[in-house]
Amino acid sequence: MILTDLIFMKHELMITLILFILLFIKVGSKEWKNESVLNLVNILLFINFVVGFCCNQTGVLFSEMFRTTGLVIVEKNMLNLGTLIISLQSYTWLKRHKHVLEFYMLLLSTLLGMFCMVSAGNLLMFYLGLELSTIPLAALVNFDLDKRKSSEAAFKLIISSAFSSGLLLFGISLIYGTTGTLLFSQLATSITGNPLQIFAFILFIAGFSFKISVVPFHLWTADVYEGAPVSVTSYLSVISKGAVLFVFVSVLYTVFKPLAATWYNVLFILSVLTMITGNLFAIRQTNLKRFLAFSSIAQVGFILIGISGSSQAGAASVVYFVLIYIFSNLGAFGVISLVSAITGKETIEDYKAFYKTNPLLSWILAIALFSLAGIPPTAGFFGKFFLLLAGAAHGNYVLITIASLNMIISLFYYLKVIKAVFMDANEAPIERLIIPLLPKIALFICVAGIVLTGLMSVIYEYIYSLSIGF
Amino acid sequence: MNLSFLILLPLITTFAILFCKGLKQVRTVALVGATLQLFLALALLFIYWNERALGNTAQFLFDADDTWFAPMNIHYHIGVDGISVAMILLTAFVVIAGVLVSWTQETLNKEFFFLLLFLSVGAYGYFISLDIFTLFFFLEVAVIPKFLLIGIWGSGKKESSAMKLALMLMGGSALVFVGLAGLYFNTTGQPSFDLIQISQMHISLSAQKIFFPFAFVGFGVFTALFPFHTWVPDGHSSAPTAASMFLAGISMKLGGYGCLRVATYLMPDAAHYYSWVIILLSTIAIIYGAFATMMQTDLKYINAYSSVSHCGFVLLGIGMLTQTSINGAVMQMVSHGLMTALFFAAIGMIYSRAHTRTVEQLGGLLKVIPFISTVFVIAGLCSLGLPGFSGFVAEMTVFMGSWQNPDAWYRVATMLACASIVVTAVYILRATGRTIMGPITNTAYHQLIDATWNEKFAAIVLIIGIVAIGVAPFWLNQLITPGTENMIQHIGKVITFK
Repeated sequence: MILTDLIFMKHELMITLILFILLFIKVGSKEWKNESVLNLVNILLFINFVVGFCCNQTGVLFSEMFRTTGLVIVEKNMLNLGTLIISLQSYTWLKRHKHVLEFYMLLLSTLLGMFCMVSAGNLLMFYLGLELSTIPLAALVNFDLDKRKSSEAAFKLIISSAFSSGLLLFGISLIYGTTGTLLFSQLATSITGNPLQIFAFILFIAGFSFKISVVPFHLWTADVYEGAPVSVTSYLSVISKGAVLFVFVSVLYTVFKPLAATWYNVLFILSVLTMITGNLFAIRQTNLKRFLAFSSIAQVGFILIGISGSSQAGAASVVYFVLIYIFSNLGAFGVISLVSAITGKETIEDYKAFYKTNPLLSWILAIALFSLAGIPPTAGFFGKFFLLLAGAAHGNYVLITIASLNMIISLFYYLKVIKAVFMDANEAPIERLIIPLLPKIALFICVAGIVLTGLMSVIYEYIYSLSIGF
Repeated sequence: MNLSFLILLPLITTFAILFCKGLKQVRTVALVGATLQLFLALALLFIYWNERALGNTAQFLFDADDTWFAPMNIHYHIGVDGISVAMILLTAFVVIAGVLVSWTQETLNKEFFFLLLFLSVGAYGYFISLDIFTLFFFLEVAVIPKFLLIGIWGSGKKESSAMKLALMLMGGSALVFVGLAGLYFNTTGQPSFDLIQISQMHISLSAQKIFFPFAFVGFGVFTALFPFHTWVPDGHSSAPTAASMFLAGISMKLGGYGCLRVATYLMPDAAHYYSWVIILLSTIAIIYGAFATMMQTDLKYINAYSSVSHCGFVLLGIGMLTQTSINGAVMQMVSHGLMTALFFAAIGMIYSRAHTRTVEQLGGLLKVIPFISTVFVIAGLCSLGLPGFSGFVAEMTVFMGSWQNPDAWYRVATMLACASIVVTAVYILRATGRTIMGPITNTAYHQLIDATWNEKFAAIVLIIGIVAIGVAPFWLNQLITPGTENMIQHIGKVITFK
């Protein structure tokens, strides 16, 4: 290995650099003000995001443990962007928090873990990345230190992720036992579908299902989302879910390619269960965070349909959808986190007549929710359309019909929120909020993303051209 | 002519509205935009005629094709034939009338006009699309503005009506989506969403049998196909006047156009196979709608249920699959669009003055507000099919075309549909007689003021359209005939293949 090959790890190195800068500020004698830390971190994250686009090279490192491809770079840039947006949105909340530096150190450690995971070319590397990305997350969930609900949520998260990691590890060991290798590239040819490998595959599916909250492994999701601070909830639902989805796609499409016929049926059943359960539970929620938790479960159901397409179009549509999902979900969470940080209100009831006092925020929320519901001209429409189209390539129109009928259920509950915001009367609506600059920028990035990602076909075409490996 | 202007113009208008302040600016911009739309639509009509007169016999004129999503073979492909031109004209007429009727919209006027014009973006885009992905895109664009228009500015149980409408229409488009996916993957050549390409490829009968119901019922929901018509009465009656006009005048036509252009045209074998179902359902809709209207006392409900009945003629015409009947279906779409828009405008004018829409409480309006009453009577007479107005021409053509279908049961259906006209006459004349004629029931009505200039203008624009079709139907007939001929040839060609 030559030192210049480290450019393959540019994204990881950048995050590590920022982590060290923060660590030096922390141990340094000078006491920094919250605002200046926040401004510095946001500038650093922005630089990191921009650097993510330049001088990229693709290749493998450490005897194929670590690989960088065009698609991996795009995925990492997407995660960078999402983290930047979340960081901008948490400004209002973190400004008054005592442990800003710790928050960012934990957050960036998880991001580092996700990068390693996305780049993994070896099951051990993948496992390491996964653990690095989950354990600090539990601490982040508990970041509202005085809230009992947060501690409960953190406990639930750590137990369920430990359990799912155990399942994955068991699966990995079985795979190693039957094939004698951990490298993705070799596994793709050595998996034959003998019973032990099928068993390992089931453990894998279960482990992944925990991480991306697929029904019936979703029970932790709503409680954790509700208990965690809004910024962490948005991070959990978008960034960490997105990263695991990327790996899920590459593991299914490369390692388990020989078992494609098996996992198509598994995905079929799981996606139907996930969509229906997520949607039906979302209807009854009154807390907006729980509501978005269940709606995000339902969204994963749609993503599974795209994955089941098992083609270049399938992989591309999943990555594309995650990008759109980052914009739309963070748009919705951005509004909610702002309202929650200033007024502490989080239920749908509180948002009645929100439009009378905050028209701009209401429209942003509405656009984000329409995008989540898949209404054109927002990007969500294109994302869902391509997911379903990729899934329809298999000719299983029962699945497509169920999915499109589920779109109606999901529209119903998104419209319920819209109705509360725009149509219902309320004697004491949320007062007029002043949006600080940084959250405002974040919201505008989201809206621009929602509008442009769909209509500008180059983005999809670019992702599609990079997904050629599958 | 570049057809994209039809999308760009309303889009620019909506953006201009965003930067306006106050009702006066907003409505001026909206009116200027709507007037330009009308001019553009009329220009399109004349340029189209000119092209045809010069001997251009291409199926679709002003064809423009840009790749949109290359990996999926999705194109932004636009072009018009006579049917689309007729629909675009209808849209332009209804839009300008709708803007004029909402002239004094006080609450949240910026949002109101924004959504109104945004809806027209969807409608124009839909009618010019030749790629069914783009068509589907614009179909859905037109749904959510309706939800907000009804839910925010509506009356009565507006929230639940808005929700019902949005969910049922999205349900329709969900079915359409399955139909489109089926069309995409089951053609013989490279998967494509292009209308023309698909029509030239072969789709097996078994695939057509599966996906035709999805597409037809999906589009049918928009045009009040029988068991899926329930959103129509609630939606129309809760909507503000302009939204009712748009709903009945434009939005229900999206469905009819889709049934014809996508479902029937692309899957002709299945259209033949299922035609008896279409005819059965549309005959039920015609008769049931007419009888249901007789029971209504609210003027808006009367018009909404009669829309169910009238839109049944559109589907009947399509289901009969003869040249004349499809001609009639298209004419009925245009005629019904203009006529219901006028009807809803008149009802809105009456409601804004008398503050009631109940037939029993009104009476003798002709004496106090003669202009509005006359408009109401004209709309009513058009609805019951009086010669000289567009309704007569359209329904007559549908009946003649339907009779050409030699099947005995189809003729029975035609007779039943014909008979419904009597019922129509009953409810229209009864409603008109009670509200317009007779003694003035409420002394407060003596103070009512007749139509203002903007209302007069709106009504006159629509009446011009109705009379232009009613007195001289040949121009509309000539306009749409090449399109329908093409369609019938395509359908016939496939039959002889079998």
